[in-house]
Amino acid sequence: MRRSHEPISWSLFGAGGMLLAFIGPGLIVSTLLLAWLVQDPQALHATLSSGLQHPLARLAALAVIALPLYHTAHRLYHGLHDLHITGPTWLLGGFFYGGATALSALCALWLFSL
Amino acid sequence: MGTIELVATRYRPEQDVQPWEQRYTVPCSEDMSLLDALNYIKDELDPSLSHRWSCRMAICGSCGVMVNGEPKLSCKTFLRDYREAGVVQVRALDNLPVERDLVADISGVVEHIEAVKPWLIRHSTAPVDTAHTQTPEQMARYHAFSQCINCALCYAACPQFGRNPAFLGPAALTLAQRYNLDSRDEGSSERMPWLNAEEGVWSCTFVGYCSEVCPKDVDPASAINRGKVASDINYGVNLFRLLRGKSDA
Repeated sequence: MRRSHEPISWSLFGAGGMLLAFIGPGLIVSTLLLAWLVQDPQALHATLSSGLQHPLARLAALAVIALPLYHTAHRLYHGLHDLHITGPTWLLGGFFYGGATALSALCALWLFSL
Repeated sequence: MGTIELVATRYRPEQDVQPWEQRYTVPCSEDMSLLDALNYIKDELDPSLSHRWSCRMAICGSCGVMVNGEPKLSCKTFLRDYREAGVVQVRALDNLPVERDLVADISGVVEHIEAVKPWLIRHSTAPVDTAHTQTPEQMARYHAFSQCINCALCYAACPQFGRNPAFLGPAALTLAQRYNLDSRDEGSSERMPWLNAEEGVWSCTFVGYCSEVCPKDVDPASAINRGKVASDINYGVNLFRLLRGKSDA
């Protein structure tokens, strides 16, 4: 029996799902609702921006964006299989996992150039 | 006592080119199971109809059929629940070859179950006068998974098994997990290659229909996904082994 390499994508999928489940609602509140509700949204933006100056905060922000991206890619990839939409593995895998990687790289570039 | 229409999908390999449907009218009382109805047909109307059954109490796991498109044990399915629908459609379990009429050939499923060595494997030999004791907590870890009666309803429900019969499938993977979680067992290293394979836990996309149809509430979908965690850890440990120059486990 050949060992499957699915654990790599499944780990990223699982980590993204866990992150979303635990801190997703809090993130939505802090980044969307608070900005809309607080008296001075610019001050809130400034606070969040200054928080992102620390490299560890940037890494955390990257994880919060990249892992859910892999989570989504993995679910869509297998969802297509369940819907009997088939194609070459390299093409579909490349599109979804490659897409998640490319978007994560773009996000990393942007975060570390702030 | 009223009556209900029962439509059985017939297939007699020596006569029929393809399956066909036969309609029967059977009595329908509050306490009549589908198995009672099939036995009524067999005894009173048409002795040529073949169906498999034994215990009549959801223990033997032999009377699984598709009832109005759902995998069910005929002994645990009651005609009263189909009065409104007016008709009960019965055919052999999906995703499996049909031996005859309502009898599915589950030998492929049995082979998959045997492959994962669903028994206690011991490498160390304990003294004969000592029992392998277990705390209630240790037993609770695997107890639900040990309720499987090998009825193969989960295989009829599993779209992945339907598309790829090489997939070990819900019951086999659940039983592998059942023994791997047993504190008395020492054989997980012999079962992990099956879980780690493409045809092992990784073919499951967590559709979850297996757990819905299980007549014993075994929850194979949960067992398989816990198997994924075990296989994931195994993958990481093996990666470290390879990095340290050791052989592939």
